[in-house]
Amino acid sequence: MRTRLPLLRWAIPLAALPVLLLLGYGFRTNPREIPSPLIGKPAAPFTLATFDGGQVSLEALRGRVVVVNFWASWCYPACYEEAPALARAWQTYKDRGVMMIGINIQDKEEPAKKFLTQFGHTFPNAPDPAGRVSVDYGVYGVPETFFIDRAGRVRWKHVGAVTDQIFKERVETLLKEQG
Amino acid sequence: MSRRTLAALTFLVLGTGLAGAASPVSDDAVREIAAELRCVVCQSLSVADSPSETAHQMREIIRERLAAGETPDQVKAYFVEKYGLWILLAPPRQGFSLLVWVVPYAGLLGGLVLVGFVVRRWSRRARTAPVEARPVDEATRQRIRRELAEMDRE
Repeated sequence: MRTRLPLLRWAIPLAALPVLLLLGYGFRTNPREIPSPLIGKPAAPFTLATFDGGQVSLEALRGRVVVVNFWASWCYPACYEEAPALARAWQTYKDRGVMMIGINIQDKEEPAKKFLTQFGHTFPNAPDPAGRVSVDYGVYGVPETFFIDRAGRVRWKHVGAVTDQIFKERVETLLKEQG
Repeated sequence: MSRRTLAALTFLVLGTGLAGAASPVSDDAVREIAAELRCVVCQSLSVADSPSETAHQMREIIRERLAAGETPDQVKAYFVEKYGLWILLAPPRQGFSLLVWVVPYAGLLGGLVLVGFVVRRWSRRARTAPVEARPVDEATRQRIRRELAEMDRE
């Protein structure tokens, strides 16, 4: 009797196959790695008032390699882990034509300034009080670091604490390119 | 110019004038767009429902863009441009995302066809198989006839 319906015998394993494939795909992908549609596109322009009373504008930096780092003082431990690496990177690259900008998001002025003093950051740092720049850069959380080439295009986005190694690799590649 | 055209024109001018004025954007208009956007710092919450600071800022950005004269589609397109299609809670009904909309119905249809097919096979076999297996012989037939006749007499 049952042999007359071979279709049914295979139906259940066949139905399970796509589910297993989907699960296999789902467990292999990192849900935190959301691809940014901004890679290769022109970096959104911004002008912000820095903590030390100055102004920083991306458009004025065309022709230079720019690293934009989004951070917050409450972002522990990742922002605290990467801060020394950022300070070292600034010392290494500030005289080689690289500009670094820190953008402080969803923070209060006092703890943010304390953070900057704690790590001795001397590159421009500015708050983004309305979150406009964060959304323009498709920021999900902190820290996120964007590497912008001389032509003003976003080339890489790094989610999580940036290391000396990653910073060096990205920036050296961009420095070799001619604007 | 007829009176009707004049009335229509007046209405049109007044209407566009009202729409063009920097009228405050209604909360509902903002909410409608926010409800379709995924809150980027939450899990499974829309920008409309999330109490987070980020979602609040995003709602303000929606309000500003609407106030600047953008259509709801343009506002959504801005967020898609920055975050990708991921930001939309409902994937668009085109391209690869169309699969998400079509596959469940296709599966349902396939299942129904399969069930119909199987049920038809079963019912056909139930109808035909026993008859083929035991044909009524002449002796039994006569007995049935006799007993029916007896029942009629009683």
